[in-house]
Parts: sequence; C-alpha cells; structure tokens
Amino acid sequence: MIVFDNVTKYYDDKVAVEDLSMIIEDGEFVFLVGKSGAGKSTCIKLLLKEIEADEGTILVDEREVTGMPKRLVPKHRRKIGIVFQNFRLLPKKTVYENIAFAMNIVYASRRKIKPSVQEVLKLVGLEDKEKMYPDQLSEGEQQRVAIARAIVNKPTLLIADEPTGNLDPDTAWGIMELLQKINDAGTTIVMVTHAKDIVDRMEKRVIVIDDGIIVRDSKKGAYTEDEEI
Amino acid sequence: MKRFSYALKQAFSQIHRNRNMSTASILAITAMLAILGIFFILMVNVNMMTANVEEQFDCVEIYLTDSMTEADGAALTEQIGGLPDVASAIYLSKADALEVMKTRWGDNAYLLDGLVSNPFPATIEVKATDIEKEAAMVEAIKTIENPGIEEIKYYQEEIDKIIKISEYIETGAIILIVVLILISMLVVSNTIKITVHAREDEILIMKYVGATNWFVRAPFLIEGIVIGFIASVLSTAIVGFAYYKCIDFFTPKFLAFFNSGLVPLEFIIYNLAIIFAALGICIGALGSILSMRKFLSA
Repeated sequence: MIVFDNVTKYYDDKVAVEDLSMIIEDGEFVFLVGKSGAGKSTCIKLLLKEIEADEGTILVDEREVTGMPKRLVPKHRRKIGIVFQNFRLLPKKTVYENIAFAMNIVYASRRKIKPSVQEVLKLVGLEDKEKMYPDQLSEGEQQRVAIARAIVNKPTLLIADEPTGNLDPDTAWGIMELLQKINDAGTTIVMVTHAKDIVDRMEKRVIVIDDGIIVRDSKKGAYTEDEEI
Repeated sequence: MKRFSYALKQAFSQIHRNRNMSTASILAITAMLAILGIFFILMVNVNMMTANVEEQFDCVEIYLTDSMTEADGAALTEQIGGLPDVASAIYLSKADALEVMKTRWGDNAYLLDGLVSNPFPATIEVKATDIEKEAAMVEAIKTIENPGIEEIKYYQEEIDKIIKISEYIETGAIILIVVLILISMLVVSNTIKITVHAREDEILIMKYVGATNWFVRAPFLIEGIVIGFIASVLSTAIVGFAYYKCIDFFTPKFLAFFNSGLVPLEFIIYNLAIIFAALGICIGALGSILSMRKFLSA
C-alpha cells in the first residue's frame, strides 16, 4: 500500500506538489495523469526517494519513505520496479544480460538468475530473443525487455513512466496487456501517461494532478472528466 | 566474497572496454611517478652526500709530509690535542689513511687495489669541542710551526654551502612531488569520469533497481587501484633501470669528487617500489572516489 499524507514539495520557491494525499491499495492499477509539469514526476521521484518531501508523510508497504535514512534507500528501491519511456536498456549487453544485471545488484547466484530471467522473458513473450542486443529489437520489444528487467526481482510495486510514449498504438496496447498481466499476478502498478485512448480503454483508477494538486480521483475513470464512465 | 569477485570482474571488463583511456592514464601516472622518482633519488642522494660531507669534513684535517716519521706525527698529535677547544686529535698513518678510504668507498674499494703506491698522506684528524669554535681552533693550530705540516684542510664554509643547497633541493623536490601527486590524481579522476560518463545510464538503472553506492562504486574503485598499481610497477621498472645505468656511469665520478658513491640500487628500488605502489594505489583510489562523489550523491 502506498500512502501520501499531505505531501508538499517545493523546488526553490515554486510548489511542485501541494498538500497531496492519496492511498493506493495493494494490487491496484492506477493512472497518474496531468499536464507536463503538473507534479506527476515529482510524485514518482518522491516514491523512489530521489528527492525529499518538504512536508507530509509517504508510506510504502507500511514503511515510512519520508525521513528514511540514506542507507535504507537501496533496499526500499528493490521493492519497486521502474520502466521508462525511453527503455534505458544497456546497448552493449544482450537481452539476457540486461535483465540479469538487475539481479546482480542483490548478488543473486548464477543458478538463481538463469531460471528467473527465463521466466520473465517468457512472461513478456521474448523467450527466443535472449541472445539479441537491444538495437536488434523493435521498440515494443525493447520496452518488454525493460519491463522484464523491472519485474525480475519481483517488486511489489511497478512504476511505469510513460511506457507507451514512444510506441505506435498497436505496440502500446500490447505493452498495456502485458502490464495488465503483471497486475493480475498481484503487482501494484502506477503508470504516468499522456495517452488518453489507453487510459479510456483500460478503465482503471485515474488520478489527475494539476499544478501539484489532485483535481480528480475516480475509481473507474477516463482521461477527461466528461467522458467519465 | 561474491560481492568482491563481482566488483573485480566488472573492474577488469571496464578497464578492457576502455583500454585506450586506461592505457593513457597508466602512461600518464607512470610518467608522473617516474618524474617523482627522479626527485626522490635526487633527494636521497643529496641527503646522503650531505651527511657524508658533514661526517667527513666536520673535522679539521692536517696533512703531514711523507718525510715526517710516525713518532714525530704522534708527538705533533699530542701537542695539538693539548690546544684549547680541541676535543680530539687522532693520528692516521699513510696506511691508516688508505684503509679509511677503502672503508668509505665500500663496494668500490677494489679501485684502490690497483694503486702502485699509497697516495694518501699521513693525517691528523682534529675535532673541536664545539663546531662554532672550529675557526678559533684552526687559528691556534696554524701558530704551530712544524715543517711536517703540509696543509690544514678546513671546510666549514663549504659544508654550510652544501647544507644550504641540499635544503633548497629538498624543499623544491617536496613541492614538486606534491604537485605531481595532485596532477596524477586529476588524471585518474578524469579517466574514471569518462568511464562513469560512458556508463551513466547503467549506473542510473543500478541506482533505480536498488544498488547501494558501494555496489556502484566498487568496480570503479578497483579500476582506479589497478591502473595506479600497474603504473607503479612500470615506473619502478623504468626508474630502477635508469638508476642502474646511472650508477654505472656516475659512481667513478662521484667517488673522485665526493669520496662516496651513489645510494645503492637495492635501497632505491625497494623504497621506490613501496612508495610508488602506495602512491599509485592511493592516487587511483582517491581519483575514482572523487570523480564519483557528485554522481552518487543523488
């Protein structure tokens, strides 16, 4: 469970998020939408403890993130998988190595890494491409590898920061189906997006942020209010 | 152990992947250490020479003519020993003088074996009770009119000059050594920065998936240490070999001028190896930590 309790963050004098409160339950699939600079990325950074909140409390799995000592941050991040818009794969590593490398961080043994990587590769539908390099894959496939890397350590929460931003609609939908599959397996998903059609079609909880404030939080929402289901 | 072997593997693959930059840093540090080594050798030799000069010339030597008998010499020694301000007066026969020279020349004493006749005069070595009273003592000795006295050697001014020069050399060498160390650190730090830059994405992802700072830092730290260590081995070999050649070339000349050879090769190599290894490792380690500091603070 993720709890934001009256969280405020300033950048210099400018307010990024103000008095923001929300609760995301385990296993939920939530879209975080809003204009650029609305405060979505700030929320993600606060969750990952890349930045520190100025006021308020953030809890992830009942553990306070705000005020968490630096040495505990790596452990905290291991509970969170993250997928970026631009995939951020390592070009000189194969698909297998790109995923295995996330497991090296927890010093997993080779015996443990191999079946785990193969398992996630199967889940994302790339079991026959483990020896390929990122530039030999399509963009959709690259994002699948990035997702596989994000979930290989079995995080309880997956943050997807505009994961379909660089993809054509069909490929994007394939990624959404994959995220749904991961969500069905119990992983909480928080997805930042501008993709109206995807949000509308998925019919998930939508939290709209504008100027650092939650302006709408609807259980089975659409991208814009008038289309609310 | 698993952590260390992972970091080690990463470090070597990094060095290999950036072999051009790694080679450049190794060469730059090697050059830096080699120059540093030259100053070290200079300093050690100047120090030894100064000490030798002080030890050898911190007394007044009275050379006696070959015609003077040993008995007369001993009597004169006794007379000088009775003068005010004299702490000791020791008589050295011609044979003694040759022996002393042989001990001073140490390993190179064989050069003296080839002499047809003993060229060293019988000598009275006189020491003053206080170095400042040496001048007065010399004046007193000069009043003794003895035809057996060929020459009175008194080196105070020269000693002062040599000590002063050696002090300048030492200060200069220390300043240069510090500057060189700083430059080397900058070089390593830049290499590592380039490596870090090339792997910015990788490090960022590492941090996102929960790598600790030490997990990220360790391979770079080892990379810096390995680069520094290789440079230290290379520079020890280069400077050691150059010094070996110098000893061959300069020792006969030094013996003629200063009555002593250069500091022995083993001493130099042993010390340089330790100093270079310590410096190389520290420069490498510090260079890498410094270049990563900004990066890991996020």
